[in-house]
Amino acid sequence: MILVIAEHRSGKLNRASWEAVAAAQRLAASQPVAIAVLGSNVGAVATELAAARVQEVVTLDDPGLEPYTPDGFTAALQQAIDQLKPDLLMLPHTYQTRDFAPKLAARLDRALITDVVGFKLESRGAGAGPLFVRPMFQGKLTADVAPEGPAPHLVTVQIGSFRADQATKGSVAAPIRALTITVDAAAVRQKPEAPFQEARQAVDLSQAERIVSVGRGIKEADKLPIARGLAEALHAELAASRPICDAGWLPMERQVGSSGQTVAPKLYLALGISGAIQHLVGMKGSQTIVAINKDADAPIFEVADYGIVGDLFEIVPAMIDALKQT
Amino acid sequence: MKIAVCIKQVQSRDSQPRLDEARTWVREQDAAFEMNEPDAYALEEALRLKEKHGGEVVVCSAGPARVAQVLREALARGADRAIHVQSDAFAGADAFVVAGALAGAMKDEAFDLVLTGLQSDDQGFGQTGVVLAERLGLPHATIIMDVQVGPGLVRVKRDLEAGWFQWVAMPLPAILTIQSGINQLRYATLKGIMAAKKKEIRTSAPAAAVAPKQRIVALYAPEKSKKTQLISGSPAEAAKELVRKLREEARVI
Repeated sequence: MILVIAEHRSGKLNRASWEAVAAAQRLAASQPVAIAVLGSNVGAVATELAAARVQEVVTLDDPGLEPYTPDGFTAALQQAIDQLKPDLLMLPHTYQTRDFAPKLAARLDRALITDVVGFKLESRGAGAGPLFVRPMFQGKLTADVAPEGPAPHLVTVQIGSFRADQATKGSVAAPIRALTITVDAAAVRQKPEAPFQEARQAVDLSQAERIVSVGRGIKEADKLPIARGLAEALHAELAASRPICDAGWLPMERQVGSSGQTVAPKLYLALGISGAIQHLVGMKGSQTIVAINKDADAPIFEVADYGIVGDLFEIVPAMIDALKQT
Repeated sequence: MKIAVCIKQVQSRDSQPRLDEARTWVREQDAAFEMNEPDAYALEEALRLKEKHGGEVVVCSAGPARVAQVLREALARGADRAIHVQSDAFAGADAFVVAGALAGAMKDEAFDLVLTGLQSDDQGFGQTGVVLAERLGLPHATIIMDVQVGPGLVRVKRDLEAGWFQWVAMPLPAILTIQSGINQLRYATLKGIMAAKKKEIRTSAPAAAVAPKQRIVALYAPEKSKKTQLISGSPAEAAKELVRKLREEARVI
């Protein structure tokens, strides 16, 4: 059985949960799939998930699971795994999963394969499980990875690798069952406060029609006007990959990627961005992607519709000139 | 306060990794190595905490002999001493193997706080810090953007994705994985480099071997998800052709 761990915040389901369900259904073939949801009073989320074509939805409902803590989730999931004996756990590769899944895997002493973008069944012999495909070296290489040791293995599914709308729905709602678990609140060491957003974001990149985005290839803050000039010529918003915002060259609100904004403009023009997975998940839904990068092996070219391998400091001014001539 | 920082040495970001003959790992002979960048932010945060609260910063790494280079660099930036669990088997090891080796070398040190980067630039498991927390029996928090140390406890700001954050408090000792960009990195001064030569790097063999939990069956160049039209020519020609295609073919400008 494949057990999908759904994620929600205060009853609002994270869309990545449906992507993990879609991945599990694709991988399962004839194996049953079940979904687990953790929290306090999770009935409404469980009902929403029961629309999926799965064997059952199980709830791990305890006041000690709201708000989320890695200690609470690990204790609860350990009990659920003991009862359900799944062969495989699939989790959306969110920051919350990244916080507790390695702890759970270490507690169980089982393999955890993170950042999975696909799987392969065909190349393995009878009795062997699937190979899991994941990026390595900042996306410059891809690996097929086999988990070692006994089941259950844990797998986190990278955001955007499977489509939420491809999760199959059942003709009738799946049964919902409450598991008997207990969370000792006194044993939970983390004391979380309420989540908050930093000063209201002045720039909503998700609404931009065109985005010019800069990465490490811009080299220094003094070179930013080159990118800004191109953005102006294209009537585009200026954005950046994480390292540029880390360095303080552009404000954090202009960051595209897993810790920043997710965008899907008509045109996304990436200047000197290598294309680490954390950046790609934030922009690969763009309609037309252009990459300008001196490194022909940069992973950004895997998602680009148009590419120029070359020096952005020569190409960008030439583009601005070309845009001026109609 | 006694602070440990776990550091990984990784292949340089600027170099294209070359596959080895078995196509299950990369050629190390012609690779350039550097300090894993997220770990550099963890080191910087530890040095700032020491400046504020006093104490000691100890850098720890599990890896082959070459790892001494990044430990020396960390000492030059201001760390006080280093622990190196040395084995060639750690070159491409998984997070369980590395965390197991580190736990063995760190368990008797009684650190108040352990910091490491949120993930590595090579294999990018994003697991080592959290697995280490479980192995040492310590509470943890991940992807941290601010660290406030109080008596017997630490209050940290977690990055929750998409511009959301959350403060979490927990008792010390604890383990934190640090988000890149939490601070501005310092570089080693000449004085620091000279001082580092006199600082201790304690090298030991791993106490007990930990069985790997995953195996790379094949390593290869990524498959393209899109057919990219590569535009060649001089910068001026390529730029002109790109603008034409964006106007007439893609119709996005």
